[in-house]
Formats: sequence, structure tokens, C-alpha cells
Amino acid sequence: MKPADKKRVLREMLFARRFEERCYEAYVERKIGGFLHLYPGQEACAQGVMEAARPGHDYVITGYRDHIHAIKCGADPKAVMAELYGKETGSSKGRGGSMHIFDVAHHMMGGYALVGGPFPLAAGIAKGLKMKGSDAISICFLGDAANNQGTFHETMNMAKLWNLPVLFVCENNLYGIGTRIDRSTAVIEQYKRVSGYGIPSAQVDGQDVDIVYDAAKIAVDHVRSGKGPYFLELMTYRYRGHSMSDSNAYRGKDEERMWSKRDPIIILRDRLIEAGAITLDDYKAMDTEILDQIENDIIKFAEESPEPVVAELEKYVLADNDPYVRPQINRGAR
Amino acid sequence: MAIMMYWEALQRAHDEELARDPLVIVMGEDIGVAGGTYKATKGLYDKYGPERIMDTPISENGFTGLGIGASFIGVRPIIELMSVNFAWLAMDQIFNSAAKVRYMSGGQLTAPVVIRSPGGTAHQLGAQHSARMEKVFMGIAGLRVVTPSNARQAYGLLKSAVRCDDPVFIYEHELMYNMKGEVPDGEYFHPLEGSEVARTGRDITLFGYNISVHWCLQAAEILAAQHGIDCEVVDLFSLSPLDRAGIKASVSKTHRALIAEEAEAAVGVGSEVMAIINEECFFELDAAPVRVSAKNVPIPYNHTLEKAAVPSSKDVVHAVLKMFGKS
Repeated sequence: MKPADKKRVLREMLFARRFEERCYEAYVERKIGGFLHLYPGQEACAQGVMEAARPGHDYVITGYRDHIHAIKCGADPKAVMAELYGKETGSSKGRGGSMHIFDVAHHMMGGYALVGGPFPLAAGIAKGLKMKGSDAISICFLGDAANNQGTFHETMNMAKLWNLPVLFVCENNLYGIGTRIDRSTAVIEQYKRVSGYGIPSAQVDGQDVDIVYDAAKIAVDHVRSGKGPYFLELMTYRYRGHSMSDSNAYRGKDEERMWSKRDPIIILRDRLIEAGAITLDDYKAMDTEILDQIENDIIKFAEESPEPVVAELEKYVLADNDPYVRPQINRGAR
Repeated sequence: MAIMMYWEALQRAHDEELARDPLVIVMGEDIGVAGGTYKATKGLYDKYGPERIMDTPISENGFTGLGIGASFIGVRPIIELMSVNFAWLAMDQIFNSAAKVRYMSGGQLTAPVVIRSPGGTAHQLGAQHSARMEKVFMGIAGLRVVTPSNARQAYGLLKSAVRCDDPVFIYEHELMYNMKGEVPDGEYFHPLEGSEVARTGRDITLFGYNISVHWCLQAAEILAAQHGIDCEVVDLFSLSPLDRAGIKASVSKTHRALIAEEAEAAVGVGSEVMAIINEECFFELDAAPVRVSAKNVPIPYNHTLEKAAVPSSKDVVHAVLKMFGKS
């Protein structure tokens, strides 16, 4: 990563942290409903990979912990927050919610709530890109627990068989909901699991954005150069429970304390301070500015946006007036 | 008009759409080199090559999901699920991805996939190869379900399904691929919604779809010739959405209704059509509508038991005679 980018990267990771923390507050205030899966602790994963990729050009698909991935693609954080508030101005017009953030204009192809569901969808997007001769790649971000679904194995086989331009990023936060990986998974090292399909892979520290970037650069270049799929495992940790209904009772405070010492934002902040690129005061000013932006720009927008109207409840189920529903006999419209 | 078999009509529709649009692809088990279990994709591999005529591994949920993902960026996959029994394995991707993505993205994404699959009881295929799953698919919001009863519909419905922006499930029948019928010589797009009057009549409407249209037509001949009952036969080629206006129009004319289906009665096409009749034209009825449906059993292997489990034209005749007090 270029030194000139690092201050921006720090700001974006801090923004991701504060955005998610503010979502938590809004959830407690009952402004956000449903399920809410937050990203604190894992910021370096999406950030580092998307620094190495081409946001808005490459196609991203993920699971339900998706707010930050959408923002990394270029989605407007105001539209993401408005979606969480269920507003018409939301990224999915209030029809999707936290687990289904889409921004197709920026090639954010959505968050999906069935664990492992995006694997074949990502490979399909890659198939389409290959057919079209595009230089874009498909990037699938999922957690470690998704690798125990059949879709993982089915997709790895097809992705390699057909040499599809797809990068699988496994954000290994050690837990599948509340079950620790060693209690659910026979082979703990996730990057090894794709070797049976002939897919190259790597495992790196997911808490250090510089390390993530370097590994992602190799992975992205591999996929973009036409060499087929790649699997990148990032070792990380989520600070909060799986979702808001999770009290974290299944893991010890010692473990949480240990991981908090490996905070991705603090690691980069201290590195930049040590290099003389920023001061602690710069960082604090950055934080104040972000908090102000979230409160006075993003939350304000979500609060003040209109609700969807009930008259449009059934819109978006099927295409409007598709000409092939009742075509003129013997005459194609397209 | 050309006379061709149902499978030939499907093959022609595939071929025309593949030739027109380089983003049309075909995926499925044994559809390429092997030419397709029911020959619907015969010769296409040699003509269009492995990138577009994709023999898939036996991974139904995986390759169906892959086709759905490709459709997100403009590819038009025609996915063949070799048997509808295997569609259960792909249900997650059909139900959770294809059918819901337009809605949960607020209209940003759509999954214009076509999923074709044959079902029905054929010849002693046993419980796990004799499913009739149309009732499951027709209950899914965001998915169109059509089912051709003849070669013309098989051709025209597939043509329209490929070009429609919605995901379309086409339910075919294992016993119908060699059935001959007339197909227009020129390009023909069958509507994806509506119903067709396959035979006009005054005394009762027999509703059928797919293979049961033929039971109804055979029964109508017998009832006219031997019992003086003039049946109208309505072909419900669109199971989702069902043609409320067409159902209402016919029942309002004949004042009686029977629904013939190869599947079990519970939560099925018959129960749904009856509900529509209740909602749309209850006071037009001269008699309570009846269903002719399969027994509620896994389909047995034994030939005699298998025949006893599913209805036939004879059962339609008996049910009509009973309704008219003639049996």
C-alpha cells in the first residue's frame, strides 16, 4: 500500500467502526429492527481486500454482515443507514434491511442471509464476466462457518473446473454464530480445505491492514490475470456477538481482551504515528470529524427520510409490464 | 405449421435463442456431450461449444446458484434439472436467491433464469423419481411457473421465458417428450400468463395443466359421445400466476367445475383453483366443484399400485358422471 493512502485507509476503517457502533445505538433505541450483524474488529479485512481490488468495477457479494462491504464498493453510507431504518431512500428502498444491502451501480451485488448462499452466486457472476471478456473479477466475502455448507464444496469444484475469475475471501472470526470453529469443523485451517479442489490459497493476519493488502494484491492479481479462482483466509475476530440477540456467553473475557490488543485500527494508527505520518491529535480530530459526519449527515438523513408507502408493497416482486408476459403472437419485442 | 415432438420443439427453442443471443447459455447434467436425457438439448454442444452448453457436475444447488449469479449481470441461463425430484436440492437457490433478489434489492437486481425440469409418474420409477412438485413452486412469490401441455406451448413458453426478466420455472412431464403436435413455422412467443380453452363446451369446465389436460380432453370425448355431457377444457399453462379472469369466465359460462391434477390434493393446484372459484364466482355455481387428484402416498414401484396412486381420464369421467347424478 502506498504511504499516501494510509491516512485515508485509517480514516475509512475508523469510519467503519463508528458507523457500526452508531448502528448498535440506533438498534437499542429501536430505530433499527430485525437482525443486525456488526463488523467491529474485522475492519481490516474488507478494507485491505478492497484496497487491492477495484471498488465499483469488481463485483462484490457477501453474507449478512454486509454494511461495510457495501460502503467499500462505493455505496453512500446515508443510503445504507436509511436502509437500516427501513426508509424509502435506503439502498434497497427499505425492502431489504441490514442483511440485504445492495448497490448494483457500484457492483455491490448484495448481502444474503443463507449461510453459504453467495458461493455459487459469486461463481456465476464470474462466469458472466468471463463470457463478456471483462477484466473485472468477482469477490465473495464470507465467514469461516459458511465453509461447512454444501455450496462451498460444490462451488469450489465448479470454480476450478471452469477456471472462473472469482476470489473467495474467508473472514475467519473463529465462530459460527455461537459455536467455536474447533467444535464445528474437522479441519481448522480453512485455507487448506480448498487444496482438494486444486485452488491456490493463503492464510494471513486479518487484523493488520498492510498484511491483508499485500496478500490480497497477490490474490487479486492471480484472479485478474486469468489463472482462475483463489482462496484467501483472513484471521480475525468480531468484538460483538454474532447478532444483537447474542450475549457472547460462549467465549471468555480473556480471549476478548487478547484480541482487543490486536485491534486493526490501533495497529495502523500506531504505525502511522511511529512513522511520523500523523499525531495522536490528528487521529482524535479525525474521530471527531467522523462522529460529526455520522450524526449530522448520515443519521439525520435516515431519520428525516420518508417511509415506503404501503401502496407500493407489491412493487418489485416481478418485472413491471414485461413484454413476454402477454406478447403479440409471433412478434418478439426484444 | 410443422408437426414435431415435444422434445424437438424444446430443442428448436433452445437453438433459436442460442443463435440469437450470445449470452444465452444452457446448463445441466448430461445436457451437452450426452445430448440431454430427454433430448431437449440434442446437437447443441457441437454447435455452441462447452462454454455455452455446460455439462455440470451433479451439484444441483451449486449449479443452479451459479446460473442465477450469472443472470445477475445479463447472462440468460436455461438450466435443466434432470428430474424435478432433484429440484428439492436446488430449492434454496431458487427460493432464497432467484425469487427474492428483485424484491430485497428494491428492484435493482433481477434473476432472469429459466429452470426447466420434468416430473410426474412415468413407468415404475419409484418414490424418489416420481414427484410432482408444481404445488411447491407455485407458492413462491417472485417466481413464474408455467407448464406446457403440448409441443406448441413447449416451444413458445421456453422462447418467452428466456426473454422475460423474471425467473421462470417450466414444469415438463417425463411421459410427454415424444408427444407430437403442431408448432408454428415462424417464431412464436407464448404468453407466460393466462389460460387457453382447449375445447369449448356448455355443461362443465374441466381444468387441467400439463398431462392432465389430455385426461380432460379424452374424458370430454367420452362424456360427449356416451353421456351427452358437453365439457369445456381449460388448459392452465400458467400455474403462477393462475388466470383468475379465465377461470371466472369459464365457470360463469358452464356453472360447474372439475380440476384434474396428477399431484396429491392437499395444498395443490386444485385447492387453489377452487379458492379462486369461491372468491370470483361462487354464486355462478350449480354444484360443488370437485378435484381429481393423486392419492396421498409416495409413488409405489409396483405397476398396479402405481396406476392406482395417480388419476387418469377414467377418473375424470367418473367424477363428472357423479356430479351429474349419472353414476
